[in-house]
Amino acid sequence: MISDGFWSMGGYARFVWPCFGFACAVLAWNLWSARGYLAAARVRAARALAMTGSDRA
Amino acid sequence: MSVGLSEAFFLVLRRELRLSFRRPDQLLQPLVFFLIVTTLFPLGLSVQLSLLRDMAPGVLWVAALLSSLLSLDSLFKSDADDGTLEQLALAGQGLNVIVIAKTLAHWLVSGAALVLVSPIVGTALAIPEAAFATMMLSLGLGTLTLSWLGAIGAGLTVGLKRGNVLLSLIVLPLAMPLLIFGAGATDRAISGTSTAGALYLLAALCVLTCTLAPFAATAALRITLE
Amino acid sequence: MWTWFYRLASPPYVYGVAAALTPWLLTTAAIAIGYGLVAGLFFAPPDYQQGDAFRIIYVHAPSAWLSLFAYTTMAVAGAIALIWRIKMGHAVAAASAPIGASFTLVALVTGSLWGRPMWGTYWAWDPRLTSELILLFLYVGVMSLRPAFEDPGRGDRAAALLAIVGVVNVPIIHYSVLWWNSLHQGATVAKLGKPSMPGSMLWPLLSMFLGFMLFYGAVLCIRLRGEVLNRERQATWVREAIKS
Repeated sequence: MISDGFWSMGGYARFVWPCFGFACAVLAWNLWSARGYLAAARVRAARALAMTGSDRA
Repeated sequence: MSVGLSEAFFLVLRRELRLSFRRPDQLLQPLVFFLIVTTLFPLGLSVQLSLLRDMAPGVLWVAALLSSLLSLDSLFKSDADDGTLEQLALAGQGLNVIVIAKTLAHWLVSGAALVLVSPIVGTALAIPEAAFATMMLSLGLGTLTLSWLGAIGAGLTVGLKRGNVLLSLIVLPLAMPLLIFGAGATDRAISGTSTAGALYLLAALCVLTCTLAPFAATAALRITLE
Repeated sequence: MWTWFYRLASPPYVYGVAAALTPWLLTTAAIAIGYGLVAGLFFAPPDYQQGDAFRIIYVHAPSAWLSLFAYTTMAVAGAIALIWRIKMGHAVAAASAPIGASFTLVALVTGSLWGRPMWGTYWAWDPRLTSELILLFLYVGVMSLRPAFEDPGRGDRAAALLAIVGVVNVPIIHYSVLWWNSLHQGATVAKLGKPSMPGSMLWPLLSMFLGFMLFYGAVLCIRLRGEVLNRERQATWVREAIKS
């Protein structure tokens, strides 16, 4: 079903596939970057709580 | 004895103008910058007169934009540094009036001065004399709009380290439509086609900015000062 | 009646809702994007004029739409934060900015790659392309202004004001093809009544629009939780929240 005609995209392959590739890459980056941001925020929050906890102790 | 709104406006306006003229070197620097930058293009590109004429509107406008940016940094900076701005904000007349007076004073010494100098630059860039009227009108409207856009940017960045880099980063994208219409109007004047459309658009941008920007600039200062 | 609105001002509530919504948004986004890609790449017929190159629309148009949608969200959230002093508005605005900027980049790059075979050039200084480029610069300006302040609250408010000032650009981008003689084609989907695309091409496109919006929502929720944590680090509810 995925014939050669599909991959060549009627001759426009070198424009079409980089577009989809770049879009997919950016979508992936968004997920990856957001997850990293949240993880870093959790670490910082835990650290801040640990510091105030130890101050109180 | 309380000071009314218009009295406060003229007081601040006169103060700003007087302060500017007290430092004539600071007054002249953006103008000289404008002249130098416009000279750089023909020197760097060593083009024939006809090609120069084609580039002239763009070169003129980019130079005007850059030299306005230079002088915008000082719009609020010195007053913010020594605390005058806070006192003015606390005064009963409202920050709006102060901001309008300061921005108008800034335009008078930078933008308006640029307009007066532009025929010299226009001749250097081979702009035909018939196009001078449009060139000066478009520069006048454009620099006024730019002073207001710059006031918003200056209000947001006053007191920041590396504030002037941020100021450019903020103001230049907002000024791009201005550049397109202003250069477009001058371009049409040079080629002899009707400039009405571009000039009307430029005027519309100017009116829009002059009515809305004071609120934004005042809000920006309030955020920075509080 | 307005309790839902007031609850949105509460950081722990926002944090919890964002956490709960994320898996739903991600799943539905995956389904919508999956269908859109498969149907758009395999089942939609090639265009009469553009051949298979038209398929770029399935990533280009949704990205462009999202670049505008994210900026408007950022500006509205900032306005809500400034007017009603709801700090969560700043959190939403800060979370939206990088997502929107990335989609603007996708719109510009995919548009450029589409323009090469169609118009013969990778770039043209036409109103829509130029104003979309200005949008990218505006995003960069807002993202640069926020961290420049020592006081993060002041940074939030300054960035919100800048976003609001720049929102003027959004209708310019949208209507540029209507107001000027633009190289870029006019509205195909948003025309009221009959859109000019056949169903087999249109449905995958609508699905991609929906999928991208849901994806934006999902990523926004993830980033939003990070923003809330950063702003509420010292609060007591955080202790329980980060344990899970």
